[in-house]
Amino acid sequence: MIETDFARTDLWFMLQGAGMTLALTFWAVLGGTVMGFVFGVLRAVASSWINAILGAVLDIFRSIPLLIQFILANSFKSIVGLDVSAFTVACVVLAIYTSAYCAEIVRAGVLAVPSTTRRAARSLGLTWWQDLRHIVYPIALRVSLPSWVGLTLGVMKDTSLVLWIGIVELLRASQVIVTRIQEPLLVLMLCGLIYFLMSYPISRLGAYLETRWRDDD
Amino acid sequence: MNYTFHWHQAFQALPAMLGGALVTIEVAVLSMLIGTVCGIALALARNTRNRLARGVATVWIETARNTPALFQIYMIYFGLGSLGIFVDSFPALLVGIAFNNAGYLAETFRGGLRAIPPTQVRAARSLGMSAPQAFRLIVLPQLLRTVFHPMTNQMVWAILMTSLGVVVGLNSDLTGITQELNVRTFRTFEFFVMAAAIYYLITKTVTLSARLLAARLFRY
Repeated sequence: MIETDFARTDLWFMLQGAGMTLALTFWAVLGGTVMGFVFGVLRAVASSWINAILGAVLDIFRSIPLLIQFILANSFKSIVGLDVSAFTVACVVLAIYTSAYCAEIVRAGVLAVPSTTRRAARSLGLTWWQDLRHIVYPIALRVSLPSWVGLTLGVMKDTSLVLWIGIVELLRASQVIVTRIQEPLLVLMLCGLIYFLMSYPISRLGAYLETRWRDDD
Repeated sequence: MNYTFHWHQAFQALPAMLGGALVTIEVAVLSMLIGTVCGIALALARNTRNRLARGVATVWIETARNTPALFQIYMIYFGLGSLGIFVDSFPALLVGIAFNNAGYLAETFRGGLRAIPPTQVRAARSLGMSAPQAFRLIVLPQLLRTVFHPMTNQMVWAILMTSLGVVVGLNSDLTGITQELNVRTFRTFEFFVMAAAIYYLITKTVTLSARLLAARLFRY
């Protein structure tokens, strides 16, 4: 017999979807931050033509809808006959997408360090690397961290688009339940609540970091 | 790799896709206009003493900023059905993006308004300007300067978000048309590369013209 009430197993199904959302976010942010860090520092210190090329390439990922990036990556995977799961494709696409934004954040952070400070460090005898490590890094981190928190939030919301390539995350799980019990408002409200519970603490943290670090400089 | 690319078909479909791009731009521009008006209203509502207005504004802004845009579109397309309101995919997409834009722009405007010292308005008033004059001649030009760049970003976001229409069954915008062609021919990669190129051109045109406009507007 077909059950048409919202059952406990439905809630569990949605929570599993939320787990998938978090897993995607985790890998995307991890990969994206590592790559973005490298790209960002490169853009801040490398010669202008490397900078221009890297900037232009990363800009592509910020100028094309993420949905289309997923579709392209997924079909490209089939074309070259790569045997990887949709989850891996989603993680790779999201990580590259994240790195494009993260690189800008890191670059802005590095460039926010006054050149006089860096010259002072160098004239005190610090090497180029020591200057980056002990002077630029701590100052840039303060500038960049609030935006990075914002980026993490943004990526978590953007993971909802993976439903198009057949991954059941929170939003898709809700849609599946809606199709069965025909109670869209209730299920979607619950889905929104879960999203809210996942992102609100992070957004508060971002706001806290921003005010705290603005006040004591 | 035994796959033959058929770019010819994709180029043949170019006129249809450009027609879709017009719909995409239309949705983005309309949603930005609605979003800006609602955003200003929300920013002002958040600063009033009226509890109800503040509550509505807070719920709107927090929902828009803390849930995926696709969720917001779903809410309008599927969710409102529970209340007996059935929305077509085009208005659902438009309202969803406008709702999202309004939430983000409200915070932008709030920050912009806070950046203008209230003493300036008082100085303007004591020089004999009326309240609307002070707003138009003192507050607005400075506000425009601070919100211009975030608004450009939001415009780009709006363009990218229009691609979500296909998920609720819109088939007239750029992604929707591309998807229809894809379903008919299964040349997924070729068609979507084409769509990606068009999206890239649209967003680049927007950012470049915004940069030129900013250079012209904010010379001093």
